[in-house]
Amino acid sequence: MSPAMEVIEPGLFTTVQDRGRYGFQRFGVPVSGAMDQFALRAANLLVGNDENAAALEMTVIGPTLELKGDAAIAVTGADLTPMLDGSPLPRWEAVRAGAGSRLSFHGMADGMRGYLAISGGIDVPEVMGSRSTYVKGGFGGLNGSALSAGDVLDTLPASGPPRGMPPGFAAPVYGEEHELRVILGPQDGAFDDEAISALLGSTFTVSLDSDRMGYRLEGPQIAHRESPDIISEGNAPGAVQVSGDGVPTVLMADRGTTGGYTKIASVITADVGQLAQAVPGESVRFAAVGHEEAAAALEEQEAILAAIDGVMPTPAVPVAVVVDGETLEVVDDQGDPVTAGEGPARAQRATAVVKGLTYSFEVEVRTDAAAE
Amino acid sequence: MYDEPVFRAAGDQAVLVKLGDEIDPDTNARVHSLARAIEEADVAGVVDLIPAYDSLLVQYDARAVTTADLRARIVELDSARVEAAGGGRVVELPVLYGGEHGPDIERVAEHAGMAVEEVIGLHSGADYLVYMLGFTPGFPYLGGLDDRLATPRVATPRLEIPGGSVGIAESQTGVYPLTSPGGWNIIGRTPLSLFDPTREPPSLLAPGDLVRFVPLDGPEEYAGVADG
Repeated sequence: MSPAMEVIEPGLFTTVQDRGRYGFQRFGVPVSGAMDQFALRAANLLVGNDENAAALEMTVIGPTLELKGDAAIAVTGADLTPMLDGSPLPRWEAVRAGAGSRLSFHGMADGMRGYLAISGGIDVPEVMGSRSTYVKGGFGGLNGSALSAGDVLDTLPASGPPRGMPPGFAAPVYGEEHELRVILGPQDGAFDDEAISALLGSTFTVSLDSDRMGYRLEGPQIAHRESPDIISEGNAPGAVQVSGDGVPTVLMADRGTTGGYTKIASVITADVGQLAQAVPGESVRFAAVGHEEAAAALEEQEAILAAIDGVMPTPAVPVAVVVDGETLEVVDDQGDPVTAGEGPARAQRATAVVKGLTYSFEVEVRTDAAAE
Repeated sequence: MYDEPVFRAAGDQAVLVKLGDEIDPDTNARVHSLARAIEEADVAGVVDLIPAYDSLLVQYDARAVTTADLRARIVELDSARVEAAGGGRVVELPVLYGGEHGPDIERVAEHAGMAVEEVIGLHSGADYLVYMLGFTPGFPYLGGLDDRLATPRVATPRLEIPGGSVGIAESQTGVYPLTSPGGWNIIGRTPLSLFDPTREPPSLLAPGDLVRFVPLDGPEEYAGVADG
């Protein structure tokens, strides 16, 4: 409920998004929500939020924001070169930032949509059960639109302590060639073998005409057996719709709820986020899989999210040994101070000088929440 | 109409349930019954439902229910055919036909070879089934337009059609919930708001409702309804 951030520069297209708006598609209301759901959920979990909290989705050019209070923040998704007060800000990590700090972004290095979560989550009114912005409909988020300079965003009270990604987690590298797994259907029967081969065997280019509604792909024509039209039906996320001109479009977060074009296949849930990071001009290839492989891929992502836990590392502090009331500096093999708090427990050789004598010993550095 | 639902995968977390391959009121009623039955049974793993003309898209959480179990449950619920409890409301939409609110009514009358008054009489004399909503929030796909009123779209779509405008395109009639571009023949306008994101429910119409257009006498009456 307190002012948390002021928008100094809005960036290219920055919107408030949560996981999306469900239960109203029957009234023609699109789901919206984060294009890259994995990145949004991870960002929220890192700052101690519920994974459905509202965060910022930043596109191509990130915003410049000034924090109005102390908070934990986490940036995930695309690498838009985040900086905090002029220093590089690590991604996929919770960082504590104080009132007055400035968060800025300095260029798209990998992927196209970054996410910024803040402890407590962004406090905008829920519309139909969600805080997601649907710009075309003019509702949700902050006044139904993308952020503008001068906007002030509030947050809800922080709900939990910041956390870290599980050991061994490697931040995704989105690259420029996107391999997407699909399940054929619901209308793969409207296409002959040649058209299915064209879909699965060709390299497509992401069109400039791609947005939160859909990704239009340029490449070989996917010809229908007969008509491209069907009796209008519900559209699933990731559906690969083929219009009369044979051009495939993958339906994304702001997709219309219903449509009358044939859908040759659907991108599996685990891979929709990868497409959301594809920049116009980059390449896309499809591979057909079954439900088992889709389930395994989903499980892999869910396991990472479930393992986001533990205590956020505290700033590194030098380890000291106190002997007879005298505080001694502990240094490692290289002569550098041994510090605690920089990540997981580790053991190392160290030395300390006591009354002119050098003692060599092993230290184990632990981050121990219970000790506080 | 199909005897048994036909399932088609729509990705790893959605299934399209086809109950027929036609636009007809009986098939559509079965779609709405099935949607209601799934909601009433609170089927595990179901995330959202999109009823359409002859199909129901069921979005689900693949970690909470397997596609095989979900399909079996849907067949069971469809065969029980829960009847439309509380469905099939009749919603009256007051409409001011013609004039600045319905600039294309003469075009429709000319195409049908009848007087404007006859067009109003035919259009307001029928009940229209809300087969589904889609395209934009709150947009109803209505069935039941008299064949004589079917009119081709206007040659040049308008950039801005005011919310509430009632139109005809080929054999369809509908109402634009929000101001948007469009190519339908606009024959009138309702002062009622079809969609308001802050209202509960946000949409005036629900799938399966019947719509009846009630002609308004003039601008004064239109303004009176608009003011509530």
